[in-house]
Parts: sequence; C-alpha cells; structure tokens
Amino acid sequence: MSEGNLREASVGKTPAAPARHLGPAGYLVCMSGIVGRELLRFVQQKERFLSALVRPLVWLFIFAAGFRSTLGVSIIPPYETYVLYEVYVTPGLAVMIQLFNGMQSSLSMVYDREVGSMRVLLTSPFPRWYLLFSKLVAGVSVSLAQVYVFLAIARLWEVDIPPMGYLTALPAFILTGLMLGAIGLVISSLIRQLENFASVMNFVIFPMFFASSALYPLWRIRDASETLYIVCLLNPFTHAVELVRNALYGAFEPQAFAVVLGTTIVFFALAVVAYDPGRGIMGRRGGPKGEAA
Amino acid sequence: MTPTALRRLVALLAGAAALTAADAASAYTVYVSNERGNSITVIDSTTLEAKQTVKIGRRPRGITMSPDGKVLFLCASDDHAVLAIDPATLKVMRKLKSGPDPELFALHPSGNPLYIANEDDNQVTVLDVEQNKVVAQVPVGTEPEGMAVSPDGATLVATSETTSMAHFIDTKTNKIFANVLVDARPRFAEFSKDGKRLWVSAEVGGTVSVIDPETRKIIHKVTFQIPGVSKEAIQPVGVRLTKDGKTAFVALGPANRVAVVNAETFEVQKYLLVGQRVWQLAFTPDEKLLFTTNGNSNDVSVIDVQDLKVVKSIKVGGAPWGVVVSPQ
Repeated sequence: MSEGNLREASVGKTPAAPARHLGPAGYLVCMSGIVGRELLRFVQQKERFLSALVRPLVWLFIFAAGFRSTLGVSIIPPYETYVLYEVYVTPGLAVMIQLFNGMQSSLSMVYDREVGSMRVLLTSPFPRWYLLFSKLVAGVSVSLAQVYVFLAIARLWEVDIPPMGYLTALPAFILTGLMLGAIGLVISSLIRQLENFASVMNFVIFPMFFASSALYPLWRIRDASETLYIVCLLNPFTHAVELVRNALYGAFEPQAFAVVLGTTIVFFALAVVAYDPGRGIMGRRGGPKGEAA
Repeated sequence: MTPTALRRLVALLAGAAALTAADAASAYTVYVSNERGNSITVIDSTTLEAKQTVKIGRRPRGITMSPDGKVLFLCASDDHAVLAIDPATLKVMRKLKSGPDPELFALHPSGNPLYIANEDDNQVTVLDVEQNKVVAQVPVGTEPEGMAVSPDGATLVATSETTSMAHFIDTKTNKIFANVLVDARPRFAEFSKDGKRLWVSAEVGGTVSVIDPETRKIIHKVTFQIPGVSKEAIQPVGVRLTKDGKTAFVALGPANRVAVVNAETFEVQKYLLVGQRVWQLAFTPDEKLLFTTNGNSNDVSVIDVQDLKVVKSIKVGGAPWGVVVSPQ
C-alpha cells in the first residue's frame, strides 16, 4: 500500500469506527503495503544493498583471513569437528547484517517521522501494534535477502554449511531479525533527530557486536575475563548468534531461543508503548510540535 | 510460531538430515590404539560414537586385523610383545613374540606371517602368528617403522627412519634385495592395490615418494603447501590409497591436515582440516569413510571420502596412534 493509499484509507474511515470492519484481508493488505514499501525502498537503494553486503564480507575476507587460526578452532557445539575461523565467524556476521538492518530500519523510522510519513502511517485505522509489527516484518524481509546473499558468497569462500542448514536456519533468522528490529524500534523512539544516529552506532551496534560470541568463542572470552564473559552472556546478540549458529547445523539451542524470544517480546511491547502518542515517549521526544497531540 | 512447533520443525529437519547421513555407511567397527592412554577405543562407523575404551597393553601403537576379522593384532611397545586380541570381547587371547619395542607391523595378505618393525633393534621380525614362532630376523637400517607387503605377498618393504631408506625384502628368503633412498625420516609405506606403485612418506623431508616397485626408481615426489602453515609443520606420515588407485590420502602430522592427492597426476586436490598431529589413517572396507588418528587432540576425525569433507571428530583415549577397521 502506498502512502497515498494509506492516506485515502485513513481519510475514508471515520475516527469513531476504527478496526471493527477490518477483516483479515485488510490486515494482509496493510502488511503487504508496508513490507512492499520497505522492499521497494531497498531495491531502489542499490548502495544500501551493497554496503549491507560489503560490511560482513570485509570481515570475512580480511579480518578472518588475518585471524585465520589455520590450525583450526577447538570443537564447540554445534560443530562436530575442527573448523576454520571463517566458518566460525560466518553466523555472527550473518546476524551482524540483521543488526545493522534493524538499526537502519530505526533510522528510516526517524526519517519517516521527520518528513511526516510516520504520522500518515499511524493514523491508519489498523491497531498501532499491528502497524509496528508490519514495519518489523518489512525489516526482517529485507534482512533475510541480505543474509542469504551473504551466505551464498560465503559458500564460495569454502564456508561449507550443510545444505539443510540453510533451511533450518530460516526460522532462527526470522526470530533474530524480529528481535533486532524490535530493539531498533525502541531506539528510534528515543532518537530526537536523524543526526543522532551516529551515536546509535557507538552505543548500540559496536558494543552489541563485539561483546558477543560472534567473533570469539565464549570459552576464549572467559579465559580472558570473567566479567566480559558475563557481559557477553547478558547480551541478547550473543544468544541470537548462537541460535543461528546451531540452526545452521540443524541443532536447536533452547536457552538462546528463550532469550531471543523474550527479548523480542519485551522490546516490541516497549516499542508499542513508546509509539503510543497518549502514553509514549514519542510525542515528547519526536518530530514537529503538535504531533503528539 | 510457538516454541514447541519450532522445536518440532527443527527436530524434523535434523532427523531428515541424519537419515540421509546414516544411509551413507554400513556398520563397521573401528579400533583405535591410544599410545598414552594404554588402551583401545572402539568406534561404531554408523553412529560415529566411541562405544568403549578398554585398557590394554603398554604403549600400544601399530594395530591391524586378520583378513577374516577374527583377530586384532596390537604392538604393545613397552611390553615388547604383539598382543592377539579377540575383537568381540577385547580380551588378550595370546601374547606373541615380537622382538623388542615393536612399533608398526604388516600382515602377509594370506594372514600369516606378521612382519614387525623393531624400532630400537634395527631389525624386522618375521613371526608365524599361528605357532607364535619367530621365523627370521632381518637386519635393516636404523629405526625401522613403515611396513608394507605387496598385494601378491612376494615383497616386503620396511622403511628406516634414520637411514632414510625403503628396504625391499624378498618374503621367500627374508633377505634385502634392494634399497631406495628417500627423503628424511620415512615412516610409512603403502602399496597400490595393483602392486605397481609404492608410496613412502618422509616426515622430516615433507614429501611422499612414489616408487615403481619393479624398477625401484622414484617416479615422483609429492610436495605439500598449505597457505598460512609453516613448511616445518608439514610432516607426512600415514598414507592410504583407494582401491581404484586414483586417490591418495596423506596425513600431514602437526599441519593438522590430510592431503587428498590425485594418484595419477600427483597433484594435491585438497587439504582437509582434522585434529592435532594426525598420523595414521584407515578406510572402511567400502571406502566411504576414512578415519584419522590425531595424537595431540586425543580424537579421531572422520572423512567422507566421496564428498572430501570432515564430518566429525570423535574423542578417544590419550594420544591415539593407530587405527584399523573391521573387514565386515
């Protein structure tokens, strides 16, 4: 659904009769509109697609090559034998794509708010949580495209993942995408202006990525520092990486699943509250004056 | 998706994957000698799990099996004996005379005699395993280790590590009839199934010499290069050839790799990452799997021969040395 349609839809309804006549088909149209818009935006921004790919590939080709650990990384589940560092680091880099994507979505939320299209979206008769959820789904769809292209390139780099793993990892990627998107939504509600986005990089992306099991196995971090190990364990990103790592090899990690699911629910609930003009923080922190009213 | 539904989906997919993997191999039993663990570990080739580890002998190294699979022979180096073991019960049936410090041996294709390298005494002991009688002791170069009998049973090859030679011994007269100088510290010899090629690895030289047993000339020297791994770490030991003679697998010691070599062009096709300090190798009889002993990481890696992929590494006892797979 384009913005124009959205506007018409919202104008056509009277404020007194919200959501009651909206059948499942309406919900579907709404979601496909939001997802479609995000995908369209993604397809038209070739640079964004490239940069989303280049980032993890630089890590894989340059960082992992220099750090090769040619004699193999010790066996830890789900690996059943010795793996090269490239293989170890790939799941973490795939989830890193989703992390950046989640933050990028939050950036686009801030942008939407500044240019006013957010207001149009939120005046839609559909419930607010559903609109936000659709936004999340839109972000996840984009991230899945990026992740699978990355995994295909990694395969050429001898990162052999069992063929079934690409399938078993899909639900994991969807869930981790939702979690990182939900975190992005909450952050976007906290950012006053577009320019502040750089600080998100410093305060969210980097600590989440580095203080996790994406780059080093947790036992190695524990060898270095017990405190850092605990920080890594508390970091939901660690669990997202481990959920994906296991799923890529057909294994299921209940603890990682629980943490990722729990974090998704908590942050999504926070986002719904934050985007409620009556109670939330968006009005106070958000765009032009009067939007909150 | 609820957690249970997700769990079911994942379990279903994993199950399907496991099913296809299980189809790949018939059930064989794999026996691994653990040099420091003073034990034998038994692995099931279908489940790829270590079934049991049993204390047996002191410093067990070379391990082989009778062609009918009824007797397991083990060099118990510090017991100065070869143990004849019942593979089903893992009980020692007989203690055979081996000469001092037996390290590695080769069984005649007929199942008798057994040719044993006595590392410290610079000799090869020829043992009649049925009568437990030493038939001959053949003096060879210093520190003999690698032992191989030609498929027709006529020629025995012993490699001596310090002399850097492959000695050709006539099995009828038990006398050396030729010597071939190879690179430093040859530790293993392997005949191709048609008997037309002999592969001898040189641990310090870092090469594998391919010899024509008829002319006893070196046809080719296979060399290895692994990006990021120092040349000194590339120390070839165990060599195994597929029955069709097309592919050779070479264990490269502390390089933690098994090299896959095209046995016709002698080009290295691939290096497979396994555990630490890989020495000996053994195929399953159907040649679907290859097992490697990794002495420093105390595990055995399993290679899928068709896919050329390492599928699993299995924990075994201390310092696994030799490996043999039951013929059935």
